[in-house]
Amino acid sequence: MEAVIAVLVGVLMASSVYLMLRRNLVRFVLGLALISHTANLLIFSSGGLQGTFPPLISPGELEPGPGAANALPQALMLTAIVISFSVFAFLLVLAFRTYQRLETVDPDSMRSAEPVPAEAGMDGPASGGPQ
Amino acid sequence: MAALGIPTARVPVLLRASVALPAALFAWFCSLVPRVSSGQTLHWEIGWIPEQGIALSFFIDGLSLLFALVITGIGTLIVHYASEYMRGRPQLPSFTAFLLAFMLSMLGVVLADNLIALFIFWELTGLTSFLLIGYKHEEAAARRAALQALLVTGVGALAMLAGFVLLGETAGTYSLRELLAGDVSLADASNYTWILGLVLAGAFTKSAQFPVHFWLPNAMVAPTPVSAYLHSATMVKAGVFLLARMSPVLGGTEAWSVTLVGFGAVTAVYSALASVTRTDLKQVLAYTTVMALGTSVMFLGLPGEAGTAHSTAAIAAVAFILVHALYKAALFMAVGTIEHSTGTRDIARHGGLRHVLGPTFVGTALAAVSMAGLPPFIGFVGKELLYSSAYESAFGGFALFAIAAASVLIVTAAMLVAVVPFFGTMKQSARDAHPVTWQLWIGPLLLGLLGLVAGVATAPVFHGLVLPAAAAIAPVPEHFEPGLWHGFNALLLLSLATWAVGAFVFWQRPVILSVPGSILDRLPVTGDRVYDAAMDGIARFSTALTRRMQSGIQRRYILAVFATLALSVGATLVAKDAIHLPSQIPSVTFGEWALVAVIAASVLTVILTRSRLLAICALGVVGTAISLVFLLRGAPDVAMTQLIVETLVVVIVAIVLLKLPDFRNEIRQPLSARWRDGAIAVAVGTVTTLVLLAVTARPPQLELTEYFESMAVPGGHGHNIVNVILVDFRALDTLGEISVLVLAAAAVCALIRRRSRYRFDRFLRLQAGQSARPGRARASREGA
Repeated sequence: MEAVIAVLVGVLMASSVYLMLRRNLVRFVLGLALISHTANLLIFSSGGLQGTFPPLISPGELEPGPGAANALPQALMLTAIVISFSVFAFLLVLAFRTYQRLETVDPDSMRSAEPVPAEAGMDGPASGGPQ
Repeated sequence: MAALGIPTARVPVLLRASVALPAALFAWFCSLVPRVSSGQTLHWEIGWIPEQGIALSFFIDGLSLLFALVITGIGTLIVHYASEYMRGRPQLPSFTAFLLAFMLSMLGVVLADNLIALFIFWELTGLTSFLLIGYKHEEAAARRAALQALLVTGVGALAMLAGFVLLGETAGTYSLRELLAGDVSLADASNYTWILGLVLAGAFTKSAQFPVHFWLPNAMVAPTPVSAYLHSATMVKAGVFLLARMSPVLGGTEAWSVTLVGFGAVTAVYSALASVTRTDLKQVLAYTTVMALGTSVMFLGLPGEAGTAHSTAAIAAVAFILVHALYKAALFMAVGTIEHSTGTRDIARHGGLRHVLGPTFVGTALAAVSMAGLPPFIGFVGKELLYSSAYESAFGGFALFAIAAASVLIVTAAMLVAVVPFFGTMKQSARDAHPVTWQLWIGPLLLGLLGLVAGVATAPVFHGLVLPAAAAIAPVPEHFEPGLWHGFNALLLLSLATWAVGAFVFWQRPVILSVPGSILDRLPVTGDRVYDAAMDGIARFSTALTRRMQSGIQRRYILAVFATLALSVGATLVAKDAIHLPSQIPSVTFGEWALVAVIAASVLTVILTRSRLLAICALGVVGTAISLVFLLRGAPDVAMTQLIVETLVVVIVAIVLLKLPDFRNEIRQPLSARWRDGAIAVAVGTVTTLVLLAVTARPPQLELTEYFESMAVPGGHGHNIVNVILVDFRALDTLGEISVLVLAAAAVCALIRRRSRYRFDRFLRLQAGQSARPGRARASREGA
């Protein structure tokens, strides 16, 4: 199972990175949401996937029973999920407001803070128009 | 310019009172002369960082005493002169502070025992020199010259520091006293060439040797007292001092002799020629200073017997340093007085000034005669020594030719400075000139007279100062008797010829000097231009680098981050041999396969779809499917949280994203860009997979988990281990997490509220310099 999850995490990671590199804030936002999932899955599976039972201790006992999942990554992930959700919500609103102000979702055209000559674009002149 | 020294301006009390400092130091150094000339070396040590065994130690032998006397003696006269010259100028307290700070740093250079301390004092002289050259900081030329002097000497000094470190490590000590006392010669050390080259780089830049001499004439934008003090009498001699100091340690080799004689001779002849073609009196003097530095370097390089410096040449070099300090400080002060009185330093505009500036004229004449090397002045003794030691040395013909050629032109330069402004018919400048107070002529007059007295009383000067100083460089013969008269010999004839030719060149200067003058003016490559080109190059390189690195394009930063991640982690994996590919087909149930397939398909849908709604739905599917993975593998808490968050995300995204433009009018990126991004993405993905495989290939480290498991009930009184970790063991982390949530919520609220909107629009309009429509026009740029 670990090997399959490892490949899946790789696919998720590659997809997130590709999305974050698009010249479109909407796709960037999607990429960011995806990369949070990827990170969570990465943490989860690096703690081992042998256990299938929740890490709970039965009343009267002092230790969880055999087959309990690794509790530590779960605790880390719970924190990570909440924080990534906060960041994501903030970014989403930021993207929305940016669009309202600048009337574009092309990050290359957001030059209010750092105006540079047109030749400094990344992929040459922007080829606008419908695809 | 004539109004520079307003006689009615307030006397700078601080500057005038501070004469006491150099005067007192001068008197104290004078009192040391008998002890040092009898061969004693005085030594002081102040515990600096005693715990580290670092002490600030100083020592005085003949060489350092001669320099210390020059620094404080001329310093006294200069500070006194400046207190009148600078009257009425701005910022005199800081000028005073810089000047005195320079003097103390320069004393540090010549008295320091530790090489590192010497370097620090050396840099302090460069720093104070920077501040003093840039005194008229509102002028671009002054700023440029100040920076140029700082950079050129600073780069040399850094090389010198490297040389010192190599030297100290090779010799086993950083103490000059120990280096000199141990009779260490590093000539056989394997890194001798490096040490020599690096130390010479420091000395040559500081002492303005060709081709890095250019900063010194440029430094003449400084007020004249500064030029007289730093840039002729003292600071520029630091390099010469260092060479003299290092001569017993590093000298005596062929490399040393050839380098010093070569650079010194070229510098001397070139700058002597340059000096007589200048029309600005200060420039004439500046180039003769460079000539004097070249001469000193050349004579310190002349080889003697068996690995030591040539003893007569060492005496000649030391004598010449003293001679030069006396006449050059006098001439600079005199030129400053001329400028102060008439407002110009242009030679052609002067004439007949002797009627107005009588005492200054006398001082100038005395100094110029010493400079030209006429008896009975000390300059004559100095020049005779130069001629005779050059003649005796192994470089005989070459050295003699170089020094004779330079001397001829120096005679011409001396006449330029002393004859042209003062004799002839009174020009307009002389009629406009105002007489000057005694403070402005006493310095040149005293120094000029001193040159005469030293020339007549040669023996005490030599036995008291020159010979003890030369003894620090090379063994000095027991009975060395310098004198004015050595009989009627070939060298006297050479001296006579020098004066005659020098006077002839002066007489016929429009004819003789026009050709070299125009050649020097049209040199295709000069140090100054190379400096400019280097500075421009650095600025251009930095601009290009900044534009490349700090493009302001967000995707480029992301690309750099991910590419770095893939490269560094990938390289580590390969280097640590940590790539573990699974050997057998993993045992996975059908349900798990289905889950993985759903996730992969949804992700591809997010990437490929042209519909926002579909992308949002697919994203939701990914999140939900991942939470199912958590559920299957014993993490119901995480799965629940993930489900809730995922639902919220989908709802919020659906609300917000649908207000953003859809993908139909998206900017289409070229195929090359997509391939590049794809390659980076695949690389990052592959690296992530490999890392995860490497991590899961070995059994997980469970110490921490086991600790939490065993402590959950006794320590946290809870049966859900995950909850106990969150709220007990890592409670502070959870507090931080909640704070992030609150902050993000606050930021979201602030962004959603529209109060700041018009202010921001105005800001944008101001930036763009146009009146953008303040409104929420929906027509997107791309769609238009």
